[in-house]
Parts: sequence; C-alpha cells; structure tokens
Amino acid sequence: MTTSAILPARGLADRLTALFWRRPKVLLALLLTPPLLWLGVVYLGSLAALLLQSFYSIDEFSGVVKEEFTLKTYGELFRPSNFDILVRTVTMAALVTLACAALAFPIAYFAARYAKGHWKAAFYLGVMLPLWSSYLVKVYAWKLILAKEGILGWAAEQTHTGWIISGLLSIPGLEGSSLSTSPIGTFMVFVYIWLPYMILPMQAALERVPNSMLEASADLGATRGQTFRTVVLPLALPGIIAGSIFTFSLTLGDYIIPQIIGNSANFIGMAVYQLQGTAGNIPLAAAFAVVPILIMLIYLAIARRMGAFDAL
Amino acid sequence: MKTMKVMATSALALVTGLSPVLAQVTELGTPEGQVNIVAWPGYIERGETDKAYDWVTKFETDTGCKVNVKTANTSDEMVALMNEGGFDLVTASGDASLRLVAGDRVQPINTDLIPSWSKVDARLKDAPWFTVGGVHYGVPYQWGPNVLMYNTDVFKDGPPTSWSVVFEEQTLPDGQSNKGRVQAYDGPIHIADAAQYLMAHKPELGITSPYELNEDQYAAALDLLRGQRALVSRYWHDAYIQMDDFKNEGVVASGSWPFQVGMLQLESLPIASTIPEEGATGWADTTMMHVDAANPTCSYLWMEHTLSSNLQSDLATWFGSNPVVPEACTDGSGMSTADTCKANGMDDFDKVRFWTTPVSDCAQGAGACVPYYRWVSDYIGVIGGR
Repeated sequence: MTTSAILPARGLADRLTALFWRRPKVLLALLLTPPLLWLGVVYLGSLAALLLQSFYSIDEFSGVVKEEFTLKTYGELFRPSNFDILVRTVTMAALVTLACAALAFPIAYFAARYAKGHWKAAFYLGVMLPLWSSYLVKVYAWKLILAKEGILGWAAEQTHTGWIISGLLSIPGLEGSSLSTSPIGTFMVFVYIWLPYMILPMQAALERVPNSMLEASADLGATRGQTFRTVVLPLALPGIIAGSIFTFSLTLGDYIIPQIIGNSANFIGMAVYQLQGTAGNIPLAAAFAVVPILIMLIYLAIARRMGAFDAL
Repeated sequence: MKTMKVMATSALALVTGLSPVLAQVTELGTPEGQVNIVAWPGYIERGETDKAYDWVTKFETDTGCKVNVKTANTSDEMVALMNEGGFDLVTASGDASLRLVAGDRVQPINTDLIPSWSKVDARLKDAPWFTVGGVHYGVPYQWGPNVLMYNTDVFKDGPPTSWSVVFEEQTLPDGQSNKGRVQAYDGPIHIADAAQYLMAHKPELGITSPYELNEDQYAAALDLLRGQRALVSRYWHDAYIQMDDFKNEGVVASGSWPFQVGMLQLESLPIASTIPEEGATGWADTTMMHVDAANPTCSYLWMEHTLSSNLQSDLATWFGSNPVVPEACTDGSGMSTADTCKANGMDDFDKVRFWTTPVSDCAQGAGACVPYYRWVSDYIGVIGGR
C-alpha cells in the first residue's frame, strides 16, 4: 500500500469548493443562470411571442392567421366597437384607482399614526383577511349583495331609500335592472377587491413620515390643513402612487369581475379571452393585450417622475 | 402555439377539402389494459361525485381496461389535446368533430365491431357532424337542445310559444315589460339563435341554416341582437350565474340548457322550459378515436360500452341530455324515464339545429358566408352597445 500524498484524495465537493474559491465568477454564473433563463425565456419569451403575434393579421375570408408583418391588427383596435372597450377599461381603472386612494388614505393614516398594539393587529387582520379568501367567492358574494332581490335592495326597501338606487341606475350609461347588472356594481366590486393593495403601500409610506417634521410644522404655526397639504401628502405620495400602480394595472387586466358583475360589456381582459378561443383571432387578442402594457409603461414613467420609486 | 397548430390544421383542412379515408380497425385483439379519454366534465363518472352515477367501474372489471379521463372545458382544448396525441378517445362536440376529421386526427370507425351500433337512434346514425362521405368517424354519445327557460309564475297561461319574448320588447303575461327581465347567451354562437328566429319571421332573407349566413343575413341577425341588447341587463355564460339570476335578479325568460332547468326545479322554483315554434339550437357529442390510438381494442370496447342502454339512461339524467339509444328512455335500465327524456327534449330532435362552426365556405358558395372569427368580434360590439 502506497500513499502518494500527505493529504487524502479530494472528493468532488472539495474540488468544486476549490474551483469556486479560485474563480468566484463561476459560482455567480451558476447561481444566476437558472433565474435569468426563467426571466429571459419564460417571462420575456412569452412577451416577445405576444408582441410578434400582434403584428400578424387574420385573413378576412378564411380566418387563417397570416404570418406577415402588418399594422392592420393595431388599426382594428381603433374600430369603434374595439375602441369602446379600451376607453371603458381605462376609465374604469382610473375611477377605481381614485376611489381606492380616497378610501384607503384615512384608513392607512389611522393605522400608521394612531393604531397601537391590539388595534394595529386588528388593522392588519382586517386588511389582509379578504386577501386570504378566494377571489371568486368574494365576487359571487357581492353578486348576491347587489342583486335586485339581494341584501342591499332589501335594506333600501326597508328604509324607503330605494329611490337612491333607482336614481343611480337611471343615469345614462350606468343603466341596469339592479346594481349587480350596472357598471356601478362593477366599480364597487373592483374597489372592494383591490383596496388592500392600495392601503398597504400607503400605510408603509405614511409610517415613514417622521413625527419631528409634523412637530416642526406645528411649531412654525401651520394649521392642521396646511401641515397635511404641504408635509404629509407630499411625503406620502410615493406610497399612493405605488398603490395606484397595483389598483390600476389589476383593473386593466381583470376579466372575471366584469363577467360576473355588470352589464356584460367587454373589458380588455374579456375581449382577449374571447378572441383567442374558438375565434382563433390571436393577432387581435395580442394587440389588445399590448395596450395595458403600453398604458402601464406611460403610467410608470409618470410615477417615476413623481418619485414613487425613490425609496427603492 | 397549440392554438396555432389547431388553426393551421383546420385551415389546411379547409384548403385541401375532405381528407382521404384512413385505414380502420378490422378486428379486435386482446384488451390493452387501459384507455385514455378526453371528455367534458361530468361526462364520464365513476361514482366519485355521486355514488349512484358510475358507468366506469363495472366496465373496468369486465374488460380489464382502466379508464383514464382527462377533462377539457372547451372544444378548442379538446382539439389541442387530440393534436398533441397520447389519447385514444374524445367526446367531441359538433364544433370540434369536423375539425378533427379534417385535420386527420381521428380514424374511421368500423361499426361492425360495435354490436350496439344497431341500437343507435336512426336520426343520429348518419349525422353530418361525424359522417363524412358516408364514413363514420365516431359513435354518438349524447345530445341536447338549448331550450327556452321561463318562470311559470309569470307565464301563467302556458309556456311562451315564440323566442320573441327574448328578442323583442313586449308586455309579458304578468303585465310588465320584458325589459331587463330576459337574458341571452354570452357567446357569439347566440347569433345563430337570432338567425334561427329570423328564419321564421323574415323568410325574405332566405336563411337556410343559422350557421351559414351571408353578409345580408348576418347584418339582419346583428340588428335583431342590437335590439335585444336594450332588453338584456346581463348576458349569461356560466350556468350557475344564470341560475342565480333567475333566483335573485328577477330574470324570467332566457335561452338555457336543460341542466339549469333541472337544477332549479330540484329547488322547487317555478321554472319550466319549452322549445318554441321557431325551433332551437343544440349540441350533439360524438366519441371519436384518435388516428394513432395506442389502445384500439379497449377503445372499441369502451365505444360499445357507451351505447349500453344503462349508461345512456343514467348519463342522460345526470347531464340533462338525451340518450343516443332511444330504448334507454323506456326500458327502465337506468334512471331515465319517458318523462325525463321528454323534459330533456328527446321528442324535439327535428326542431333542433345542431351547433357547427361557421366557416366562410358554405352551402351558399366558397367565401359566401361570414366566418366565426367575425361572429366573435361583432358580438363583442353588440354587447358593448354598438
């Protein structure tokens, strides 16, 4: 038996460790490749395929996709019936975002500056709880609440306030036989479902506003209103914008709520869903899908200018 | 890409016309031990949802063929799965079956190897959605009409006789307008229902099939649907949402499936259904066999099994559909009775115009008809108020 070296023969693991020690970049490459491949192939690859499809068009007669570069499909987006869908979706997303911001601010402000101990826990539970239950169940529950013979209608009848609902439902463009078949219902459910996504970033931003600044503002003789307008709001703005990115983009892409609540008028997501199915009109579906991406890019550019990402 | 493949094959099939007759099985061997089936949800039950509904377990013990079911929710999904391969059988609807035949995805069936073939409803034996050039590309499985569901408290004096209750504004028997109290299907195929209504009420348009519409006929159907938009608060696409709308939303009449009617009647609600004088659209499904089926013997045994009166009878009550073997209604082999069959529309076969995918090359000439993809975009417009 001969021993050729003082040290015992090295195993694979030892050799690998040595390699990584000598060339740290190998380890880095090894660790980064899988996530980058995922990002590049699965994530961006599907987006690239989508973009490519949107430049194809469908043959008017046979319904076959022509794989030639054309802008015709994007032109189709401007046909009145399709343009309606875009306007409808963007309007809804904007209104939902505004409503969420208005509702979420007082809640987030209270939670960030006044709630302590048990109250804080209760707040988190209250905001998070709806996120733990199924999205579909919540939407169906709202359908029952808003239905003609539902809870809200019943309550209105008992309190003789039914005229408020019928008044709302007679506004041109918002008509429906009940709240659940009117765009108002769609709006209410959107606001409900996305509200937590607005509250949480807003609360995080408000918690970062230092108390000393508020005290300084008061020392300098500012009224509560002035302090709010010139100190709290500007400092909380990044949080508001971060929240609005969630509510806005989520509303832009959702296709389940408007299917269940509302008057069946299409939103972008529903149109994509229908066009890619039996219709086989993938190019138009892809073109529709590109619209929210463009809108969000513009939105993010504006948000960046307003400092929403400064804290990142 | 799956959909691309589907579109490519169906397009190719349209261009090349009918596919050549492929070789068919001439004799059965020993069972291979399994059979893989693509099916609609609820179509192949092994007693897991409800113990009383099981038409798989006994087949497995008798033949030694284990039944593996993959459920698919749309016809497109079914076609895509069959294009992928790895399956033996599929329960294809009328909008998928011809695509599968044209794409050479399914093989002709040797009806001599299926003893129960003789029991199949004569009205279905040569149905055009699975028979091409006299060759059978499958075995009928079940069929059903799209009925007019209505509230019997509102229609006190008997069922509505015409689809006009959902298409044109009018005062219903309870003295109130139908505005906001009727529904329509949230799928472009509803254009066919409008066309069928026009067949009866505007004969001058010369519509011969609601699935083959030229530009003028199509425009007239869309006009009718635009009028309907003012009557409909919400279009339905989910059976359970529609049932809820009948319960809580004050909806009193709508096109529907026997399934919803049965479910609502189970809850003792004042609901019934009818097939009005204009007739109805409907669906018919066929068990088709993959061209490269790995388990042909088990497949044939399963097809024979699907035609057994007992299976047909139970399936019909389970799914709210109609058996393709007429005796299943009356021989007491399962849960169906003459009454349940009548309720599901067994006697209305001649009034039903079965679902097929509209294509541009139709009986009116090549390129004369409006293809399905335009039905989709235009129906989106109609629902959006255009």
